[in-house]
Amino acid sequence: MNRFLWPLIGFVVLVALLAVGLNLNPRDVPSPLVGKPAPDFALPQLAAPEQTFSPKDMLGKVWLLNVWASWCVSCRQEHPVLVELAKRQTVPLIGLNYKEVRGDGAIDIDKVAAGAEKPLVIERAAAWLAKHGNPYALSALDIDGRVGIDYGVYGVPETYVIDRAGIIRMKHTGPITPEVYSGKILPLLAELSK
Amino acid sequence: MRRWLIVLLVALGSFGAGGLHAGEAQPLAEDEVTEKRLVAISTELRCLVCQNESLSGSHAELANDLRREIRTLIKDGRSDAEIMEFMVSRYGDFVRYRPPLKGTTLLLWFGPGVLFVGGLAALVLYLRRRDRAISDTPLTADEQRQADTLLQDTDSRQGLS
Repeated sequence: MNRFLWPLIGFVVLVALLAVGLNLNPRDVPSPLVGKPAPDFALPQLAAPEQTFSPKDMLGKVWLLNVWASWCVSCRQEHPVLVELAKRQTVPLIGLNYKEVRGDGAIDIDKVAAGAEKPLVIERAAAWLAKHGNPYALSALDIDGRVGIDYGVYGVPETYVIDRAGIIRMKHTGPITPEVYSGKILPLLAELSK
Repeated sequence: MRRWLIVLLVALGSFGAGGLHAGEAQPLAEDEVTEKRLVAISTELRCLVCQNESLSGSHAELANDLRREIRTLIKDGRSDAEIMEFMVSRYGDFVRYRPPLKGTTLLLWFGPGVLFVGGLAALVLYLRRRDRAISDTPLTADEQRQADTLLQDTDSRQGLS
């Protein structure tokens, strides 16, 4: 009996470890930015490119920053959730349009003239929002992805929950599913808005 | 999906061209020292898009951006440690192929060693106990006689053949 007991226990432990390991999401990398102030920036706004948006404008409010692009397939997937979220007007949702033109694999950025990129970004982003609905209070344009690097963006869509003091309280990588929204984001927003 | 297809095609294409078409997508900076440091730093860093590739070897868009960023930092006169800090503060310890030694990484660093030593100790213990179990039970006189007859039996059979 004892002869088989220990190998059996070893096998069960191994299976348990593998089961846990296989169910972890390797894309879910903990962000070092959680608990730290949201990196500052000043970027042109999509609807009014002559004006800039800065996270400082949002001090005193709990808000969401959602990184998106029209070429991002998963953004399409989460978009209805964002539209629904915006309808309920829980908290302001700010978009960060990330590398709209140069992030698109179908476009060779070297062939886009220097001055032509920004108008193209605005045209494409606005067209996408017109087609799928605009849940954003406003969208800031991160044309070259420099701000994305400061926020540790590595896979669009990404969403940040930022509190009244401008501290990042949560980062979600990948599309927001209704489960993530009601299970993780909504409770946190309720707690932060107290 | 289409982007991955393009990456795949480019990768296959560079095989076919047999080195004519080198993989490096970024134009080589004129400065050789900068380039050497860039390679040294970026081989220590993980590409977050294709997690099992280093930043220096990756074709991912983000890897291009980050290499450009590191190049700028080098030209600004930042030290290697400062550049590492720049990356870790944005992407976490996960970007480093050599994670730092701290509370949460103790198991990672010493786990395999502990497992090995533990396994070795268990093996030695088991072998010793088995050894003792065998040598500690001498044959009774009856068993000895039985063994002798058996041995004689085989001896005589071997003699026949």
